[in-house]
Amino acid sequence: MSTAKRGKVRVENGRYRLDGQFHFPYPNEPIRNEDGELMGVTNPRDLTHVHMYGGEAPFFEGLGQGKLLGTRCDSQNCDANGSIFIPFRIHCPDCLGKNTIVDMTETAKKGATVHTFMITERTGAFNTLPKPIRFVNVEFEGVPTILMGYLSVGEPEIGMKVVPIFNTTKPSYTILDLSWVPEGTNESEILEGFTFG
Amino acid sequence: MIKFSDKQLKIPQMQRPVFLVTGGMSKFGRAVPEKRTEELVIDSFVEAAEFINKTPAELKEYIHSCYYGHFADHFGDQLLGEAVIHDRLGLDPLGNIGIKTGGATGGSTLWEAFKAVASGYSDCVLAMGWERMDEVPTDEGNNYIASAADKDWETPLGHIYTGYYAVMAQKYWQVFGKEEESFRRTMAEIAVKNRGYARMNPHAQGPMDITVEDVLNSPVVAYPLRALDCCLMSVGASCAILCDEKTAYELTDNPLMIYVSAGSHTLRVADRRDMDIPLLPNEPPDQYKDLGERFPGGDRYPGFTGFLAARMAAYYGYRMAGVVDPTEDLDLVELHDAFTISDIQSYEDLGIRPYGEGRTYVESGDCYHTNPHTGKPGKLPSNLCGGLIGCMHAVGATGIMQTVEVGQHIWGRWAEMHEDQSKWDRFGRTKPDDWTNLQVEGAKRGMAISHAGVGSHVTATILVHPDHQLERKES
Repeated sequence: MSTAKRGKVRVENGRYRLDGQFHFPYPNEPIRNEDGELMGVTNPRDLTHVHMYGGEAPFFEGLGQGKLLGTRCDSQNCDANGSIFIPFRIHCPDCLGKNTIVDMTETAKKGATVHTFMITERTGAFNTLPKPIRFVNVEFEGVPTILMGYLSVGEPEIGMKVVPIFNTTKPSYTILDLSWVPEGTNESEILEGFTFG
Repeated sequence: MIKFSDKQLKIPQMQRPVFLVTGGMSKFGRAVPEKRTEELVIDSFVEAAEFINKTPAELKEYIHSCYYGHFADHFGDQLLGEAVIHDRLGLDPLGNIGIKTGGATGGSTLWEAFKAVASGYSDCVLAMGWERMDEVPTDEGNNYIASAADKDWETPLGHIYTGYYAVMAQKYWQVFGKEEESFRRTMAEIAVKNRGYARMNPHAQGPMDITVEDVLNSPVVAYPLRALDCCLMSVGASCAILCDEKTAYELTDNPLMIYVSAGSHTLRVADRRDMDIPLLPNEPPDQYKDLGERFPGGDRYPGFTGFLAARMAAYYGYRMAGVVDPTEDLDLVELHDAFTISDIQSYEDLGIRPYGEGRTYVESGDCYHTNPHTGKPGKLPSNLCGGLIGCMHAVGATGIMQTVEVGQHIWGRWAEMHEDQSKWDRFGRTKPDDWTNLQVEGAKRGMAISHAGVGSHVTATILVHPDHQLERKES
């Protein structure tokens, strides 16, 4: 592998400024059967995508600041007026108006409940969560949607009260910066680098 | 609470009837290292031509436009793979298009093909689907499949799609299954049935002669789902030829009427909002008034327990084809048994049983070729090819394969397509000594369901023998 630096990106004046290397080429290798006949080749690659969060950027920034942001439709004539969306929706799915960002951190701390859950030992390539993963789907008082996340302390049950924790010390700026723990969990028990926000 | 307008609920209207003339399929396997994808595609096309005593060249002369179902460009590592296949089939300069709707890709391909004929654009079309899932290791395959979930909100959570569905399974298991051992055994029965039927199918990748205990003792994937509750990951191809009436009868004496409908729902289960249950023709208005009392927690619809997309595909499709009660009006079904528990959920979405009572379709024996309790034919046999659990899930091909299988029963040619020793030999598979003819005697109507992941897309394909049509319903 090349010793070149893996690529980083900044946005300046509406343009991407790339620095470093975004792909690392490797040679192909032949694939043969037991008789030595050529069947195919390997096609190795190592590349970095560039991905923009657009209007969802405040949500992912907020996690690292210990905040759980949702959005609300404030369009007067929309059937969904007053509906709060977590996952965060930039536009209302009914009127397509721009939603208002609302801070749901306190709501989540007071009234988050496990709607359903799943424990799995199986993961796909590139997983970084410790196994087994305890998926929890969390519902909030007064919110019609149900957010998926992971429980990092204890064993999940339907109806269990949970509170959010946030990776505020070294955020990844991904959904993994949000985790859930049972209500009443002590700060000493939670994931390293995470806080109650 | 969300609502739908009358315009959105209009029963789809065709300009003219559409017919299924023939179909074919390749061998299905976890890996097929000896063949390129186009070889598998050609295998299925040749089978379709031979089924109506045509050469491939003769059949191609009728085709006017082409619809290609191939879900995962990542797996194929080839953008515009459809153009490669189109060229290898020698179908240039005909118009063609690729269709991608996750696990429903095969059904959606038929949907597009159906509309092309129904509209009058084409008199004869090819619907061809395939998938190649053997060119990456399984964990990378899991990551690719997880890419079909929301990349920012779901995929980073384990890169494992099974987990995103499994939370729904858990909810259904607790609310409607009530965590009963008897329900767990009913789930296992489906795995035993479908793998057992796969033993009679030379195309099938996962035939097994197993017991309920074997399923219950298989490794846990995501509790309560175990390894033998889950479908296969496959390589293979399947195709169908759809025509208008005149062209259909030029190609064969025995075409079948075909109706295809589609529904959808949020990619993220998280985004589902509550609504009233859209009712199917066999459900009275008060059908579900006490659902929450009988199944505490089950009154949130579709919540995490129902598949609205499947319900809507049935809502449109049954009325197009005149189906009132699927158990009475259909003779067999091929359902999307990605997992044993999602199979049960779909019985309810499709009105085979009311919400909350899906398990009784299995427990009554109605879903079997031969009812194990009575020894008589099952009322509505399901997944006689082995389904996704026993036959295959080569994503782009699955919904087409299911439809071709249903067609072979209505044509009365199931045994011909599954018994032939030369096909077993060609596929390198051993025909079991107890091979059994699973032909559904006298089958006149059937349905195939094609379903994507947590229910983002679902299609219903209904086949009807022209002598046994039902009356279309407008509402």
